[in-house]
Amino acid sequence: MSVARPPGEPRRVAYLYLLPAFVIYAAFLLYPIGRAVQLSLYDWDGLSVGRWAGLSNYAAIVADEGLRDAFVHALVLVGFYAVAPLAIGLMLAAILNHAKVRGLGFFRTVVFLPQVVAMVVVAVAWRRVYAPDGTLNGLLDALGLDSLTRGWLGDYTFALPAVGVVGTWFETGLVTVLLLAGMSRIPPELYEAARLDGAGAVKEFFAVTLPSVRGEIAVALTLTVIAALRTFDLVYITTRGGPGNSTSVPSYEVYHRAFGLSQIGSAAAIGVTLTVIIFAISFVINRFADRGAS
Amino acid sequence: MIASTPRTRAVLAATVVALAATACAPGSSAPPTTASSAAPSAVRTDAAALGNVTLTIWDQEVRGGQAAQMKQLNAAFEAKYPNIKLKRVSRSFDDLNSTLRLALSGNEPPDVVEANNGRSSMGAFVKAGQLRPLNAYAEAYGWKKRYPDSVLRYSSYSADGKLFGEGNLYGLPQVGEVVGIFYNAAKLTGLGLQPPKTWAEFQAALAKAKDAGEVPMQLGNLDKWPAIHVFGTVQGRNVPAAQISTLAFGRKGASWNTPENTQAAQQLVDWVDKGYFNKGFNGQGYDPAWQAFSKGQGVFLIGGTWLMADMEKVLGKNLGFILPPGATADAPPVATGGTGLPFAITAKSPNPDAAAAYIDFITNADAMKVLTTTGNLPVADTDQQSVKAGAQQDVFKAFGTATKNDGLVPYLDYATPTFADTLGAALQDLLAKKATPQEFLATLEKDYKTFAETNG
Repeated sequence: MSVARPPGEPRRVAYLYLLPAFVIYAAFLLYPIGRAVQLSLYDWDGLSVGRWAGLSNYAAIVADEGLRDAFVHALVLVGFYAVAPLAIGLMLAAILNHAKVRGLGFFRTVVFLPQVVAMVVVAVAWRRVYAPDGTLNGLLDALGLDSLTRGWLGDYTFALPAVGVVGTWFETGLVTVLLLAGMSRIPPELYEAARLDGAGAVKEFFAVTLPSVRGEIAVALTLTVIAALRTFDLVYITTRGGPGNSTSVPSYEVYHRAFGLSQIGSAAAIGVTLTVIIFAISFVINRFADRGAS
Repeated sequence: MIASTPRTRAVLAATVVALAATACAPGSSAPPTTASSAAPSAVRTDAAALGNVTLTIWDQEVRGGQAAQMKQLNAAFEAKYPNIKLKRVSRSFDDLNSTLRLALSGNEPPDVVEANNGRSSMGAFVKAGQLRPLNAYAEAYGWKKRYPDSVLRYSSYSADGKLFGEGNLYGLPQVGEVVGIFYNAAKLTGLGLQPPKTWAEFQAALAKAKDAGEVPMQLGNLDKWPAIHVFGTVQGRNVPAAQISTLAFGRKGASWNTPENTQAAQQLVDWVDKGYFNKGFNGQGYDPAWQAFSKGQGVFLIGGTWLMADMEKVLGKNLGFILPPGATADAPPVATGGTGLPFAITAKSPNPDAAAAYIDFITNADAMKVLTTTGNLPVADTDQQSVKAGAQQDVFKAFGTATKNDGLVPYLDYATPTFADTLGAALQDLLAKKATPQEFLATLEKDYKTFAETNG
């Protein structure tokens, strides 16, 4: 008789249990990614046989001014999608948490509401707000600021910020609710101790609140930065990358090249590049959060 | 979360590389089929004697009048040929465009498909050998006699798919379209004006409308492409039609850098300077613009005949339509225009004879009458239809005149696979004065030359 093995031995059996999940993961994630990487090395119109193109599709991303701009626009959007909502969210959450407002649930719902609405609906609504005879211009007119009115989405200076503001409006709720959850877990003793040490509201915020929600900030930043970099629906509905190319973003270029221009290889190369950038940025954000926590 | 050690990462990377390496070149699994060029003798037009056949048809006739005519014609076809069953799949224009590629590269594609004329759709399908040349059927059914050249060339490609506007015929459209000038008759009368008969009169009318505090012309250019139709119209007044066709079909032998094109671009900029367009037109959507026009904002609107039905609902008999006038009242017409999506037969279809019979049926003289009664603009026999006076009659007359005189020039965005984008963005730049007419034309020339030269 053999000696009874301790449970879970041999260790390698564990891989067998992982297999089913891995197969699904590989079939629906790894294989498509591998295929996208492969496609990005070809010159392919989606119909005839592809021609090996090496890294020329990637070289084109660097060389093509329009594509470079698209990536720059995405980075500008990070400011609107991630940085601004974080600043506003921190402020809102600190106030809501601190003031122990009556009807907190109500305010939380209101702030979170944009997240519940589909982005396409949001985009259509904002397109009307920004229209030459839209709500925003109507408001400016009423305030006597009619010199400022313009077709916002058709203006070279303001189109990208206008799209960005929609992102800020959209993401602020998510960030605020995340931070509120984090702040509600801070033990009140910490605040008491800070107050005994003579800290004011501002000092208290920086000494107690901010460090305690580091984890939530990392989560919020990861989510919003990814949302910013892969913005597609908003641009597709509001400006289609215009005026000129002043609001084009990588995701829109991927769609446009693959389905509009039949440049599948180039589209795949942009997609892969975007994935790498998103991966790198999320990695840095999480490293930063982990290091702070330890 | 699994800690990502260097080793697991290396394994992951290796997996990805291995996956990539084992797969073969994209598209190689479905080698292009060379369409068997059926000899005229092999063509059969006696649809009733073809035995039991089921035809699968993919179309995009989903909206009001379009859907109605298709339904009516399909029912009539099945009644006439009980041996042929129709299996109809209809999707919106966008959906059809994005799914057709996959469907055509499969082993059992539909028999008849409605494919967009442009290079990235029909051109690409021809190049991949997925559509059947219809020359033999055109001869057998007399299509070449029925349709003017300026209409048929929109469904013609060389056999390798490289040259657009000549070579084999690959499809047949049901409806036509032409870009012209819509006007608000009440506003014109208010200004003491008649519908312009010459280009100079049109510009004078714009000036008068501006002085009277009206919006001379509505334009919604947020969607990037609408200004293409306005520019095409202005270009048609300044540049010879043959040159426009060469440029628009992306053929060698023309240039954007000509004094005539510069003049056209300059005229458009002048209109902006003189305030002939509504304020903030680059930020106005296409639909809101024509909706504003039908609500009485604007005296003129340069647009396609597809807008007629919707605008007439609001403006009624105050809506009028003219072809862009020439230098003199009797100058031959030149207008941007074309056809609806042509119906084509797939190369792999086992029933090309039945498919051709179907296409002939939905485009014959009776079909044109059905198209008229369902509110569409038939591509042939247009001037023989009787329609009530008003905008619809204007549109029918305009299209009839333009096709009869071969006065249709192609949409400029047909030129190269990327030209819709290049031109749309460049026009936004031009109209916002971010680019001078010379810079604007240089941008277009670059795209056109690069394509035309490599395309051979």
